[in-house]
Amino acid sequence: MEKYIQAPITKDIAVTLHAGDYVYITGIIYTARDAAHKRMDEALEKGEMLPIDIENQVIYYMGPSPAREGRPIGSAGPTTASRMDKYTPRLLDLGLTAMIGKGKRSKEVLEAVKRNNSVYMAAVGGAGALLSKCIKVSKTVAYDDLGPEAIRRLEVENFPVIVVADCKGNNLYETAVKEYQKV
Amino acid sequence: MRHINVNKITENIKEMCIEANHYLSSDMDCLIRDAVDSEESVLGKKILNQLQENLRIAEQDMIPICQDTGMAVVFMDIGQEVHFEGGSVEDAVNEGVRKGYIEGFLRKSVVDDPIMRKNTNDNTPAVIHYNIVKGSKVKIKVAPKGFGSENMSRVFMLKPADGIDGVKDAILTAVKDAGPNACPPMVIGVGIGGTFEKCAFMAKEALTRKTGSHSEIKWVKELEEEMLEAINKLGIGPGGLGGTTTALAVHINTYPTHIAGLPVGINICCHVNRHVTREI
Repeated sequence: MEKYIQAPITKDIAVTLHAGDYVYITGIIYTARDAAHKRMDEALEKGEMLPIDIENQVIYYMGPSPAREGRPIGSAGPTTASRMDKYTPRLLDLGLTAMIGKGKRSKEVLEAVKRNNSVYMAAVGGAGALLSKCIKVSKTVAYDDLGPEAIRRLEVENFPVIVVADCKGNNLYETAVKEYQKV
Repeated sequence: MRHINVNKITENIKEMCIEANHYLSSDMDCLIRDAVDSEESVLGKKILNQLQENLRIAEQDMIPICQDTGMAVVFMDIGQEVHFEGGSVEDAVNEGVRKGYIEGFLRKSVVDDPIMRKNTNDNTPAVIHYNIVKGSKVKIKVAPKGFGSENMSRVFMLKPADGIDGVKDAILTAVKDAGPNACPPMVIGVGIGGTFEKCAFMAKEALTRKTGSHSEIKWVKELEEEMLEAINKLGIGPGGLGGTTTALAVHINTYPTHIAGLPVGINICCHVNRHVTREI
């Protein structure tokens, strides 16, 4: 089913998203990948605040290529989500609602998605030029020294994603593959 | 003896890094186009169409095809009649990578140390493979490698008794485990034989072949065809979201090996299988 939603995403909206839905997101999302997750986790360990308020937010696992002059961002497709698995359940328990990435998640993450009425969505990997067209504004808001791994606040318009794991425990990677398996 | 100034290497590598990251070679483009027709999943077709559109946007607007513009892998076939002058070849290659990634607005994805992990901010150093060949030419291949798929690559040290069935299992295991993580449709490079490092190197080099071309060895060609068919029956599909296009090609290279071993290297590449070749 095709759906158009606004970000940040509240839990009320997240629970209406089902594995297999094709969703267009408009609004604010944040980027964070390996190094930023590590730093956020270290901050939490020390009892410090996170650099962004993650309640109801969407984290996009993405590190862009540099923007050419006059453009908000360079190529901007998803990176492999499983590298963030170690840090994700904690962020979901703190109120993060949605994640955009690509690839499989750990059992712990999928359970945290269910427990917190959250959602994991995939963008098409390797389509960074196409996806960059849906990003209208990009601003670095934390960890500037990490370069491509800094946390960025993005304003997106009709950013296309597919719901992979929903709060009911459905997982599109498992069900869709079975449908086309011929062995 | 032919004298070549290393500046020529720098200039070429710079241009090749930029070219590889913005223009996918026509062999890859054709295979993706053909896959749109054969793909059975509606979502799979949609994703393949998006990949085609992505390639058009990358070319027209000079936006890298993928934000992971890779670690620069450089293959150099150096004619033994060549004498380089004007500095070190290694420095010249890295200077080309530095210039290409900075001037080409490519992402700097290399860290200086695997544990300390500080970004070098210019995507150097490259991974360079030198090969000494006959003649007085230098053939350079630049293949920027993204790590979504690199991370899913494997080496299996099989036993001779495992035979060809063991090889087939190894390939299918690697592809199944890679699944959606490696940005399918993938291209699969395989190296069979040699030693531990030789099979991995052959797998990497196999990816730079004209995509969809076959080995000249009969049994190897047949294995490439059989494995492509078997992989496309796994159901993984474009983006890993189900479908009949999981791989676009399987390329296998082989080498003699030891009486006690059967090494198999499997280097997985996403649909952005970038490689540019030049001869100077």
